[in-house]
Amino acid sequence: MRPILLKGHERPLTFIKYNREGDLLFTCAKDHHPTLWYGDNGERVGTYVGHNGAVWTCDVSDDSSTLVTGSADTTAKLWDTKTGECYFTFEFDQPVRAVALNAGGTQCAITTDPFMGVPSAIHIVNVNLGDRAAQRGEVVKRIEGPQGRVTRVMWGPLNKTVVTGGEDGIIRSWDVETGDVLKMSQEHSKQIQHLVMSDDGSHFISASLDKTAKVFDSETLECLKTYSADRPVNAAILSPIRDHIVLGGGQDAMAVTTTSSKAGKFDSKIYHKIFEEEIGGIRGHFGPINALAFNPDGRSFTSGGEDGYVRIHPLDNSYFEIP
Amino acid sequence: MDDVPASFPRGEDGFVDWDKVDVESVELPADEIKRAGLDQPVKVELEEAKEDTGFASVIVVDNLPQIPEAKFGKLLNVLTKIFTQIGEIREGGMLMPQDEATKTSLGYAFVEFANEQQAQSAVEQTDGYKLDKTHIFKVCKFDDFEKYQKVPDEYVAPPPKPFAPRENTQAWMMDQRGRDQFVCRFGDETQIFWNDPQTKKGEDVYTRTHWTESYVQWSPKGSFLATVHRQGVALWGGDSFGRIAKYGHNGVQFIEFSPCERFLATGSTHDPTTADGVTSVLVNFFDTRSGAKLRTFMGPISDFIAQGQQGLRWPVFKWSGQSSDESGCFFAKMGTGMISVYAAPEMTLVDKKSIKVDGVVDFCWSPTDPILATFQPEQGLGNQPARLSLISLPSKKEVRSKNLLCTGSIVGVNMYWQASGDYFGAKVLRTTKSGKTTYSGFELFRLREPNCPMEVVELANKAEKIVAFAWEPKGHRFAVIHGDGARPDVSFYSMKDKQGNNNCTLIGTVKNKTANHLFWSPNGRVVILAGLKTMNGQFEFFDVETMETMASVEHFMATDVEWDPTGRFVTTAVTSVHQMENGYHMWTFNGKLLYKYGKDRFFQFLWRPRAKSLLTAEQEADIEKNIKKYSKRFEEIDEKIRNEADSNVASEKRATAEKWKKWVESKKAVRDTPIYKQALDELLGDQAKAKLDFVETTVIEEEILSIVEEPLS
Repeated sequence: MRPILLKGHERPLTFIKYNREGDLLFTCAKDHHPTLWYGDNGERVGTYVGHNGAVWTCDVSDDSSTLVTGSADTTAKLWDTKTGECYFTFEFDQPVRAVALNAGGTQCAITTDPFMGVPSAIHIVNVNLGDRAAQRGEVVKRIEGPQGRVTRVMWGPLNKTVVTGGEDGIIRSWDVETGDVLKMSQEHSKQIQHLVMSDDGSHFISASLDKTAKVFDSETLECLKTYSADRPVNAAILSPIRDHIVLGGGQDAMAVTTTSSKAGKFDSKIYHKIFEEEIGGIRGHFGPINALAFNPDGRSFTSGGEDGYVRIHPLDNSYFEIP
Repeated sequence: MDDVPASFPRGEDGFVDWDKVDVESVELPADEIKRAGLDQPVKVELEEAKEDTGFASVIVVDNLPQIPEAKFGKLLNVLTKIFTQIGEIREGGMLMPQDEATKTSLGYAFVEFANEQQAQSAVEQTDGYKLDKTHIFKVCKFDDFEKYQKVPDEYVAPPPKPFAPRENTQAWMMDQRGRDQFVCRFGDETQIFWNDPQTKKGEDVYTRTHWTESYVQWSPKGSFLATVHRQGVALWGGDSFGRIAKYGHNGVQFIEFSPCERFLATGSTHDPTTADGVTSVLVNFFDTRSGAKLRTFMGPISDFIAQGQQGLRWPVFKWSGQSSDESGCFFAKMGTGMISVYAAPEMTLVDKKSIKVDGVVDFCWSPTDPILATFQPEQGLGNQPARLSLISLPSKKEVRSKNLLCTGSIVGVNMYWQASGDYFGAKVLRTTKSGKTTYSGFELFRLREPNCPMEVVELANKAEKIVAFAWEPKGHRFAVIHGDGARPDVSFYSMKDKQGNNNCTLIGTVKNKTANHLFWSPNGRVVILAGLKTMNGQFEFFDVETMETMASVEHFMATDVEWDPTGRFVTTAVTSVHQMENGYHMWTFNGKLLYKYGKDRFFQFLWRPRAKSLLTAEQEADIEKNIKKYSKRFEEIDEKIRNEADSNVASEKRATAEKWKKWVESKKAVRDTPIYKQALDELLGDQAKAKLDFVETTVIEEEILSIVEEPLS
């Protein structure tokens, strides 16, 4: 089926997120304005205006009422999804990289980049979704991060841990209460670009510049599966209904101009999650893929590229006939 | 500090007092010695330490006439004349001792030069100088005098070395399934594989990290793999790929085996040590079996290039083709106006003189016979035409020569030998009289006919640019890519006409091909029309017998094409000149992709050559005739392996799926426990309930809007 091409961003895409029901699609880009689209037909609903820098990540509450965004302008913002109003801003001294709401939406993990000699950090803040007027900005727990950026953060099972991946390629699981590193996994040799938890929280997938995506046990951080690609991987996602994964990436943005789009490997690839075999690929972008997200119904996924386009790829029947 | 043994004396500050350590007593751990290869005697030539004795620039000239005092001054003048030609003699640096009583000279002299280099070249140039019939100079350096004195007068035979059995270096050819090996170099690794077409992958044979410091090379018959290091060259072989020999040559850059594998030439250039010095070239010849150095050629770079040649071109010495193992072989070097041919294993100049070939700029050996092809451009402002010659060795007789005439001038000549040595071709690029346009032609020689008859072949449009030319190995055809545009044409010619007579005929031309290189299968018949570099890696597998394209494939950005020695498989590779997609693709001879292999920083891919078949031509013809009978056995093995591989894959898959299922269930069990569920519900609070309340229903409503009846037309 033809993909739906969403043209709304003027700069490279950084992050894509569906809400729980899959009817809304949030995209973040380096152009300061996160955008909301309808998940089924790709119609643009509106933009969230207020950030003053590239928006790196976002997260949406389970009831879809609140959107959290993290930006290089050193703030994380809470938005009313429906009206597009920013009703609260968390201010930091360093650029914000990753944000993640916990299960139940009571707390949010926010990571900041190393900046002016201050190392990276993971901040846990309280979120009050029910009573917005009562929202406060104080940091409940500040955990000093490892060397280099922490590019992604996720909450572990039962909100007891947060799992991070970053520039050093090491995946760490932190105790939220004490701030201690509980587990470490050095399976990746280069920067981790993306982490996504499975629906049941039992495992997650990572994407790394070392040209692999891997599936880990979310408690033990044991590496369960490895998917080797022939390109640096910027994003990898798990199908919610089938034992498949999708990964995307491409030649480093800096080197792209030196080769044709064919050599850059800008297609998204589908792999079998259990057998680690490549099943197929979907072409379209003419720059590296920076972000991927599966629709929660598992019947389509969305990719966002360095080229500034967002593409919704409906999966047709022949895909579902693949064993 | 932790690595320092406790036995070392330590100073008061607790640190090792290195002045007190007896360095001789320090021993490396045994495994360390083994790893460094020090357990075996190292035969590396150290550059002789320059002793500061002050006598380094002094030479001793012996075997001079013993003369009375009256003639003393005269001889001294003669000597001074000889040696000042070579270098600057220091003031009072000429000393010829006399017998104190009789005042007759003692028959030797000392000469001191301004520096050591001059002394060295004086030794090289004047040793053996004939002053007259009876007096031939014996010149050596003063520092060496002691060394020569120590030579015992009587020859003592060295004790024979005990026989050490060597691994069979040709074991790989006895593979039951007739597979071939290849070597890959990527990153710091060098790895040898079997090409396994049935399981569709390269089966690992041997891997080693940091095996070579620059590159690897197979010997021409595949017996050895040569690795090149700063200190020299090492050969590896046998099933275990153990080290078979090593040859010391500091800073070696280039190696070249003789086709019979008996000899190895190693070459290097060395930058000048002084500001006004010249780059020097060193070429060593070794016996591959004994490791002995057979001969060394050393000198300034000008000795190794012919006049008018642009820079040094490796190989400086070219080995002659191989006819049989026993007769040894030749190697030749081009100089100004001459070609010096040496014979191995004697390592001496054939007939003690070089072959005079005025103005020679290029030469090459026939791949199978001791025949040299040379090219001399126009000389004497066009009075002497350009000339191609075929010279047979060791007779040095000109088998055939051809003056290349034209109204304009000859711009360039490329020489091509056919792999079986049956034909020799030269592509000649001429200009028209005005000199404005160029046109090409081919001069083709038939070596197997008496007197080497020659034919000139030109393209239909001879002004077209020739992109590539290649002979069919083991055949009588050749292919030419010609054309000026982005999609040139490819023409095929045969040296025989349809009746089988010796007439060069055009077989056919295929138009508009994306190709700039030709790669014939070693067996002939199939040729790959390859579009490399600007053509991005397009390949067409072409059958010349039927003049049909078997397959058109692409390997994006491929840089290299390598046929296996049997002509069954071919690889295309992207080496690390490109950043992306390094690795190789394995194809069958008819263009079917077998498998792909990707590795970053992929440097080298080389098939292991095979030794010449022991079968006679009749036996080969018999096999070809009854191929079904012979192939049956192999097909059965192949079938079995394929089936096994299939069932292995299936069972492996089952096991993997089973393992995953178990893991998922174990996780699910934890999540289904009431404790976990309760904890999760607490976390989710109201939302948990909301999730449960969420019910999705699909309702299909049908409504009839109107019914209209239409007559059937």
